[in-house]
Amino acid sequence: MENNVLLEIKDLVVEFHTDDSIVHAVNNVNITIHESQTLGLVGETGAGKTTIARTILGILPRPQGKVRQGEIIFEGENILAMNESRLRRLRGNKIAMIFQDPMTALNPIERVGDQIAEAISLHNKVTNAEAALRAMDMLEMVGIPRERFGEFPHQFSGGMKQRVVIAMALACRPRLLLADEPTTALDVTIQAQVLEMMRDLKNKLNTSVLLITHDLGVVASICDSVAVIYAGEIVEYGTVFHVYDNPGHPYTRGLFGSLPELDTDKTRLKPIKGLMPDPTNLPEGCKFCDRCDYAFDRCFKDSPPVVEIEPGHVVRCFLAGKEGE
Amino acid sequence: MEIKVRKKRTAFGETWHQFKKNRFAVAGLIVVGLVILVAIFAPFIAPYPYDKQDLLNSYAGPSAEHLLGTDKFGRDTFSRLIWGSRNSLIMGLGCVALGSIAGITIGSIAGYFGGKTDNIIMRIMDVFSCVPMLLMCVVIAAILGPSVRNAIIAIAISTTPSAARLIRANILTVREKEFVEAAKAIDAGSAHIILKHIIPNAIAPTIVSTTMNIGNSILSGATLSFIGLGAQPPLAEWGCMLSEGRNFMREHMELVLFPGICIMITVLAFNLFGDGLRDALDPRLKN
Amino acid sequence: MIRYVLKRLLWMIPILIGVTLIVTILLDLTPGDPARQLLGNFATEEQIEALRVELGLNKPLIVRYLKFMAGVLKGNLGISYFTHESVTFEISRRFPYTLLLVVISMLIAIITGIPTGVYAATHQYTWKDNMSIVLSLFCVSMPSFWFALILVQIFSTKLGWLPSLGIDSWKSWVMPAISGAIGYSATLARQTRSSMLEQIRQDYVVTARAKGQTERKVIYKHALKNALIPIIVIVGSVFGASLGGAVISETIYAIPGLGNYTLSALTSRDYPVVQGSVLFFATLYSLIILLIDIVFAYVDPRIKSQYSRAKKKKERGAEPLPAGRSAQ
Repeated sequence: MENNVLLEIKDLVVEFHTDDSIVHAVNNVNITIHESQTLGLVGETGAGKTTIARTILGILPRPQGKVRQGEIIFEGENILAMNESRLRRLRGNKIAMIFQDPMTALNPIERVGDQIAEAISLHNKVTNAEAALRAMDMLEMVGIPRERFGEFPHQFSGGMKQRVVIAMALACRPRLLLADEPTTALDVTIQAQVLEMMRDLKNKLNTSVLLITHDLGVVASICDSVAVIYAGEIVEYGTVFHVYDNPGHPYTRGLFGSLPELDTDKTRLKPIKGLMPDPTNLPEGCKFCDRCDYAFDRCFKDSPPVVEIEPGHVVRCFLAGKEGE
Repeated sequence: MEIKVRKKRTAFGETWHQFKKNRFAVAGLIVVGLVILVAIFAPFIAPYPYDKQDLLNSYAGPSAEHLLGTDKFGRDTFSRLIWGSRNSLIMGLGCVALGSIAGITIGSIAGYFGGKTDNIIMRIMDVFSCVPMLLMCVVIAAILGPSVRNAIIAIAISTTPSAARLIRANILTVREKEFVEAAKAIDAGSAHIILKHIIPNAIAPTIVSTTMNIGNSILSGATLSFIGLGAQPPLAEWGCMLSEGRNFMREHMELVLFPGICIMITVLAFNLFGDGLRDALDPRLKN
Repeated sequence: MIRYVLKRLLWMIPILIGVTLIVTILLDLTPGDPARQLLGNFATEEQIEALRVELGLNKPLIVRYLKFMAGVLKGNLGISYFTHESVTFEISRRFPYTLLLVVISMLIAIITGIPTGVYAATHQYTWKDNMSIVLSLFCVSMPSFWFALILVQIFSTKLGWLPSLGIDSWKSWVMPAISGAIGYSATLARQTRSSMLEQIRQDYVVTARAKGQTERKVIYKHALKNALIPIIVIVGSVFGASLGGAVISETIYAIPGLGNYTLSALTSRDYPVVQGSVLFFATLYSLIILLIDIVFAYVDPRIKSQYSRAKKKKERGAEPLPAGRSAQ
């Protein structure tokens, strides 16, 4: 069932300018998110995932972050062309973001309820009392008793803080939620609870989610589709079923291969050799060529094309669809 | 296939590389170096001894013989400024050295041994720091008798408590850190732990605060001399020169202007250097 | 919270006793005999001895000290050797000048310093920031007494706008307040700037922006409030430092304040005045620090909850929610 397109990122290129060099964080990325879709964006640290999310909201660090080219179309408008006040009406309202570290994401000297209420007041013409009531409703929605409205962040544990952050993000019923590694800083059991809560809420509120993570298990948990990002490029994209059953890109295969398996008797883990290339000095040709087991001459010189190996499942590789060659 | 590897730098080298980027800090370092050189080589640079009087030539304006003129007793201002750098630097560096050594020793003992020792030591420090700093300096210096040496002691005493507190706090933090537990787990001795693990890690913030204190100590020394409790006439010391020149300020403003400028430039240089050092050691603050 | 305050007040007592003890011992060890100083060089030995008995200087140190402390408990800080007035009276006459000077200087320092720091932090990497850093460093490196002399030369001697000595009218306060404030204003600017910079790069600031908050509110409502908390402590220590600096200002501008008085008492060996004055300053300073700590604890909810009984609420976070909801 094809839903409408909610957000479309076209040919995005983002750089960071430091004293010594230019970091090529995002290199020609194309992503489409539909209504009611949960897209997982998987990659290593430094692959460019967070940068993409921040660019969508227009909160790249200034003055270092620069968008070199591209468009991000949301509800018919190009976000990258919007002025600051237009962007502000979007943030927290139509598109919301939750961050990785719940311990530092909340203002330590403001009451938790007030911080949620702030998100509501910013985008709705309501009285303070109204906003507070709605904030309390949000607290309950994420499993926190409404009486805790007046408490401060340090009085909550990590998992509960993250719930507050989620409540804050969903307070205005955004159409798109950008979740940047929301469970990475949490214990595994808490992680499961928070993910379950997120799944319930996104279904209930019909919110699309861009879930950024490095954890393939989390993606399997709540995502419909997955995009694999490497050195600022999308190297594979498809539904979770397709990609997990039949990973097309050598990097994706490496990621799955490096997971420990419970049912086989292995003595050593199998990591992908090498490191991600230096983003200030990216190689020509395929960016994965240095670490790829299957690389041949052409990989080092030309950029591989995007090939569809199954309906809706694409891979950026010269060897895509040519198994056995 | 080529992999570009950045040349590895030592901790010192990395700090220097960061420091170099800050032009003001480098300027500060250069000026500090110059002042130190001037102080060391004063006998060779100054055209006249600091106390040579020439009563017939008092209050002379700038000339070829006396680059910045003379004072009430006909002493060459330029020479006195150069000689003055000695006293001012001695006061600044002496106070900081004395205060730091005392503070580090006291603070280390309190921090490492903790418990009752810590409590008693810190209460004694509280006694010395519950009087405003300058007042404490004034009281001690007045009691000991006005001289450069006593001014140094007075200022050092007043800066010891904060130095002690700083190193004690750092030691307390480092003590709890895991690598100390690890060292204890492999049965390393107390002294070994203190010397090899605790002090190196606790010392970095102390280095910065010590450097910053030099500027303040020079100012305190000049202040004490100005009110008559530090360097005494006929010594050449910038604060002392200010106090002497004050009475004749109306007609001879230059006697007040120049020593003050010297103080300011020296202290500014130390402060710029200290700031740059702090920024280089903690690059998070810059970016 | 009350318990903490009481504990601090209780600790103040032995510490202040320690201060007076040290001052008394030091005064006793100094060369110079007050009696001789009072009577001058041409007094006879009998006259000096008689005066010493009269002033109680012939009694052992410990007796003199205990007598002093007994007096303190009754509010009597001793009698000045010179004026024969009660020290308490002298302090009450002179302290208002010192207090006024310090308060005005502090106000100027806060009003000029803190906004400058905020401005510099929000305009980092621009020439405005760099210039403010350099300017602050200039002001901090400048001897305040030298700056005072320059002000006097310009505004009093050359322009004749302001009086240079004594206290006649509101004009007399202008130069002392400004020369007293300049160093502290720069210190506050620098500290505010670095505190702001640290807050601006915190995650909760990014969260606030991501909520759609205006940049202005993000800076002033979120970052600044957090940044000002450590500044409170700085203000306290600056206040204390300016109490000490009052000694210098009062000397230069001939203001009849307590600092001036203490200094001259030191040089003339007027022991009771020195004892009483130092005790007064120490008590005042300790109270100010305590006040600052109380305000600090009150303003920062993390610290406040350490002291209040809201500790119980913290425990609640670990309890399971009513049936049906997942616990965390």
